[in-house]
Amino acid sequence: MKLNTKPNIRDHDNIYDMITDLHHNMTDDESMKANAKLVLLLANHIGDSAIIKEAIDIASQFGK
Amino acid sequence: MSFDAIPKFKEKAYQIAPELLGAGKTKHPFVIVGSGPVGLTCALELGLKGHDVTIVTAFDFIPHGSKAICFSKQTLDIFDRLGVGQRMVDKGVTWNVGKLFWRDHEDPVFQFDMLPIKEQKNPGFINLQQYYVEDFLIDALEQMDNVDIRWGHAVKEIHIRGEETTLTIETRDGDYPMATRYVLACDGHRSTIRQAMRLDFEGRIFEDNFLIADIKFTGEDALRRPSERWFWFDPPFCPGGTALLHKQPDNVWRLDFQLGWNIDRDAAIRPEKVEPYIKGMLGEDVVFEKEWYSVYTFQCRRMERFVHGPVIFAGDSAHLVSPFGARGANGGLSDAENIAWKLDLVLKGQADASLIESYNYERVMGADENILNSSRATDFMTPKNKASLAFRDGVLELASEYEFARPLINSGRLSKPTPYYDSPLSTPDRDEWINGPAPGHPCVDALVMDNTCCTWVLGALGNSFKLLHFGNNPPNTSMEIISVPTTGLAAERYDAVDGGTYLIRPDQVVAARWKNASKSDVTAAHKKALGFS
Ligand SMILES: Cc1cc2nc3c(=O)[nH]c(=O)nc-3n(C[C@H](O)[C@H](O)[C@H](O)COP(=O)(O)OP(=O)(O)OC[C@H]3O[C@@H](n4cnc5c(N)ncnc54)[C@H](O)[C@@H]3O)c2cc1C
Repeated sequence: MKLNTKPNIRDHDNIYDMITDLHHNMTDDESMKANAKLVLLLANHIGDSAIIKEAIDIASQFGK
Repeated sequence: MSFDAIPKFKEKAYQIAPELLGAGKTKHPFVIVGSGPVGLTCALELGLKGHDVTIVTAFDFIPHGSKAICFSKQTLDIFDRLGVGQRMVDKGVTWNVGKLFWRDHEDPVFQFDMLPIKEQKNPGFINLQQYYVEDFLIDALEQMDNVDIRWGHAVKEIHIRGEETTLTIETRDGDYPMATRYVLACDGHRSTIRQAMRLDFEGRIFEDNFLIADIKFTGEDALRRPSERWFWFDPPFCPGGTALLHKQPDNVWRLDFQLGWNIDRDAAIRPEKVEPYIKGMLGEDVVFEKEWYSVYTFQCRRMERFVHGPVIFAGDSAHLVSPFGARGANGGLSDAENIAWKLDLVLKGQADASLIESYNYERVMGADENILNSSRATDFMTPKNKASLAFRDGVLELASEYEFARPLINSGRLSKPTPYYDSPLSTPDRDEWINGPAPGHPCVDALVMDNTCCTWVLGALGNSFKLLHFGNNPPNTSMEIISVPTTGLAAERYDAVDGGTYLIRPDQVVAARWKNASKSDVTAAHKKALGFS
């Protein structure tokens, strides 16, 4: 399997909203921790280190 | 050299070198430098195999103080082969369970078992003070006529010229030269030999300080505590740090507290500074005596190569890891185990001299795995930046409720034998195997029953090349055969319920295996495992 980088979710606006809403009323530290948990939960669900590695490579590509 | 600052467990008698009295051997086949666990284990293995063994060691005592306490199943298997395993297990505290705590939560967030494969002779771990390990090894060595331990004889210089290496040995009665074919440099992390040869020792230095309090319970409390490994992240008594509690023999407990950097190390071990930590962990009313307080920092580094011509580095002289994972001494003992049989067979002319080079390949691989694991544990315990801290705390928060997060908690991945992938000594599998130890992997134990008795597989394998055969038509070779029925736990663990043959090295690593071995298969694989190409 390969990381899917084509549009893959139909209710994209809703998912985007959910993810950003997670941080509502959070301090930066709390946000960082919530994001960490989210990444870990999703990574576990994906369960394939090659795919996760692909995502990490893309995430690290752009402006720091 | 003065070792006044080092606490002593037992004095050992210095004796003047025969060389200084006009006698002494002209040339040794090998000299072992260092009387730590690694040097002593090399010595015992080679001594039992009939070699004349000379150990030179700077110390004229067994050091006390706080060093290794956790010895792994694989180490005990090695000690069993050397005849000292049972004594270690009898004296040691056996434990299999580890518990992880977080902040002030009363219940552990996670609990693990150190011996996932049950029904093996040895436990997952024992705790035993390093000085007992050294003492028991020395006891065994002192009973052998072919072993000469030179206490208080320090290597000062080394000169290598072709096949001849000369060590300059420094003693209180003067210096003397010692000529040798090989040198086993087991002289610890400050290795004089490594420095004299100007060799590299690269890696990471962690600027963190840990306080170790070894204390003896004098109240009744000790009896009530289970012999488990308890580890805390960010406990109230050591905010922001980690802490560890572990039982040792003689009612001694090891308490370990992470203090952070920029501390006054001398002040940190004063009783009035240490005791609040102890009481924070164990309660105000704990009754105890001080054994030893110390502060340590650690490094993760290794030499690029462990074999430099006739000089072979083993143990801390070759590699250093953080103590989390108990990989220092245990890793060093795997070095000892690996080099001892190779040197034995090379010296006896039964193996090619290139076998020594395979030690470099295999144990560099072992050291890398140990360094990787111990660096990861350290990074989990001491997150390097805000994001890592967020992940660490995220994991700990999730762990009590969500199972997936529990294995991510890293308080040290405790020492396991490293498989030697693609070892030049291994013959790759020709057949399909579903499980069982592949070539390069350590053997697993199991009890083998037949009508008359029962034996442990590892016990039967001993420390010479063996064929482990499942079934009753072993290949017709001159090699010693251990026959095992195709029913039962051993056959299952070796994926051999339909028969099979394993070629096992003296260090109980699989060299080759076949579903149906012919004589020529075995001969070719044996040759390869002896370094003949
Ligand atoms: C706090 C702490 C906790 C630890 N816990 C564990 C644990 O639980 N499990 C584990 O596996 N490991 C643990 N370790 C690591 C373990 O103690 C070491 O890895 C181990 O001692 C290494 O053994 P060694 O034989 O290589 O060297 P050492 O034990 O350091 O011995 C070196 C020897 O070399 C000799 N020597 C030095 N210089 C010379 C010279 N010039 N000439 C002649 N002789 C010389 C000395 O006399 C000494 O005998 C711990 C370490 C520390 C500090």
